[in-house]
Amino acid sequence: MLTMSCPAPLAAGDHVQLGHGSGGQLSADLVRDVFLAAFRNPALARMDDQAIVIVNGTRLAFTTDSFVVKPLFFPGGDIGSLAVHGTVNDLAMGGAQPLFLSAAFIIEEGFSMPELRRVVESLRRAAAGAGVQVVTGDTKVVEKGSGDGLFINTSGLGVVANGLNLSGDQARPGDRVLLSGPIGDHGIAILAQREGFEFESTIESDSAPLHTLVAAMLAASREIRCLRDPTRGGVSSTLNEFAAQAGVGIEVDERAIPVHDAVKGACELLGLDPLYVANEGKLVAIVAPAAADRVLAAMRRHPLGEEAQIIGSVTADHPRLVTMRTLVGPARIVHMLAGDQLPRIC
Amino acid sequence: MKYIDEYRDERIVHALAAQIARRATRPWNLMEICGGQTHTIMRYGLDELLPPGIRLVHGPGCPVCVTPLEIVDKAIEIASRPGVIFVSYGDMLRVPGSRFDLFRVKAAGADVRIVYSPMEAVKLARTHPDRQVVFFGIGFETTAPANAMAVWEARRQALKNFSVLVSHVLVPPAIRLLLGSPNCVVQGFIAPGHVCTIMGYREYAALSRDFGVPIVVGGFEPADLLEAVGMLVAQLEDGRAEVENQYARSVSYEGNLPAQSIVESVFEVSDRKWRGIGMIPQSGLRLRAEYAAFDAEQVFRVGEITADEPAECISAEVLQGLKRPTDCPAFGRGCTPEKPMGAPMVSAEGACAAYYHYRRHSIAEGRVC
Repeated sequence: MLTMSCPAPLAAGDHVQLGHGSGGQLSADLVRDVFLAAFRNPALARMDDQAIVIVNGTRLAFTTDSFVVKPLFFPGGDIGSLAVHGTVNDLAMGGAQPLFLSAAFIIEEGFSMPELRRVVESLRRAAAGAGVQVVTGDTKVVEKGSGDGLFINTSGLGVVANGLNLSGDQARPGDRVLLSGPIGDHGIAILAQREGFEFESTIESDSAPLHTLVAAMLAASREIRCLRDPTRGGVSSTLNEFAAQAGVGIEVDERAIPVHDAVKGACELLGLDPLYVANEGKLVAIVAPAAADRVLAAMRRHPLGEEAQIIGSVTADHPRLVTMRTLVGPARIVHMLAGDQLPRIC
Repeated sequence: MKYIDEYRDERIVHALAAQIARRATRPWNLMEICGGQTHTIMRYGLDELLPPGIRLVHGPGCPVCVTPLEIVDKAIEIASRPGVIFVSYGDMLRVPGSRFDLFRVKAAGADVRIVYSPMEAVKLARTHPDRQVVFFGIGFETTAPANAMAVWEARRQALKNFSVLVSHVLVPPAIRLLLGSPNCVVQGFIAPGHVCTIMGYREYAALSRDFGVPIVVGGFEPADLLEAVGMLVAQLEDGRAEVENQYARSVSYEGNLPAQSIVESVFEVSDRKWRGIGMIPQSGLRLRAEYAAFDAEQVFRVGEITADEPAECISAEVLQGLKRPTDCPAFGRGCTPEKPMGAPMVSAEGACAAYYHYRRHSIAEGRVC
């Protein structure tokens, strides 16, 4: 009676799956196998959130991001403000001063004109707030059914000071890992809005431009090795990316990682782990040990880093692996998700 | 956060572990039935806090893991039919069938949707009268009431385009099978707190009596599980075999009677196949005859689909606690969460996935990545 039971491994698929866009392992595989393979060049090979290119002696940071968020409007933001913050942050994580944005709108036939105006006004306000100008753009309208209301793409251009080299491959054993504040707000805000969950207090997205926080950190010390904003795939993906890029191990302490109670509660209910939930206004920094306290103090003086914490350190042990000391003591692995985080059945 | 923080308090957890170490005079093998409990044990490393002789073995209580291959194949067949909206809890989508998983079918054009409650599927059926909406109704006693309610509600609304692919399983018959096996190494059970929240724990008294084995209904937080282990160790050391309830803040002896009543009115007990174990008599639920119109296997005539499951992976032994996931030669090599060979590697609650996600550093040193 006790026979087992296992299918052979599934062959690679012929179709793109949603998980390929999750920011987890499937996304990494897609980028490596399809895009990197096609476009290989030194700027791309750094695999950071932005490319740094030199034009006539000026170091330019260049990045692009597409926004397909559903719902378009959510507590704490909307697709317009997100399209600015996401791209500004990708520039800021390279230490760049963000300057110019492009904005391309892909609009589905029949989309509400007042909603479009609302999104554009929000985008304008967010750009003004971040001190960047939208200097070029594009509009496409697709047939009803060929889009999902509204998609926005923004590209960003900024300048990077000479001598600054923030990159995921710079992490070294002994470095400290800093996190700018509580995690998971954006992902849970979106999920709650989309699925119609009602919690006692409304959870707001943390969507915010981080370049002034980065400037304050860099003013405190130039011994910052790398920065990244943990968006899709959450803090776990960012830490795993750093570990893989630099060939180091990372150890974090669960007790040091701040999570708002409302987010914690929602994650408990839904069987989600906040480490994998998206953020849009947080950053993870790897900082030389001697500079860590100074950088932390600078973060805490900034409104977007008031709850910053040192959450762990870089180690030469277990290269390419992220571990976490759990709340009750023993260590466990923090892996990169294969695809999207799936809510558990019970 | 109340009901969370105090159950994850390091001092309380270590005090409970120290108490177990003081009480245990010899080795004991204990099984937690539920995948949620396995997940907590691995996530927090609770087994590392126990004295060396106290061994936790991981039972077959992950609903995703024990859903048979042929049911997954049936789900894929139904989801692939034109006009169908196939609705499921999220973690079933990555479970491999004989050839694909539901994510692949979705990527190839099928309308597969994730919901958090079966009532959302009923709503979809109402708002899409031109489509057939099929809900993948799997799980233990825990999910049965909500699934039963969805069917009951669909009948009340006289929906003609709603059906459920049922693969419900029950915990006590699986425990009985494990205890009756000559290979059984388990000396005490942590009964699943969520199942018992619905069903109460009267069914477990007979098991404890018939096999002379202590059973403690346990919760899901670190302090819950160590307290339950402590209660089992105390019983074993005293030579007692009783049913005790550690998870009293959620579980009563009688359970949730209205929930039991809706399950009873919609489902009846039937034989069920368990992935990794095989057919267990009277171990599952099926729709009662008066709800046959809502039975997706009949509506879509997929009752004939069967799947033979090759014997390469060792999940049979893993699901019975006879072997650890790391005893499998494919673990972490041919079989990973990205490319699972067996169901216990698929769900976060599966024993293999829990070991893989949380333990590679201690068990696979030097050959990771």
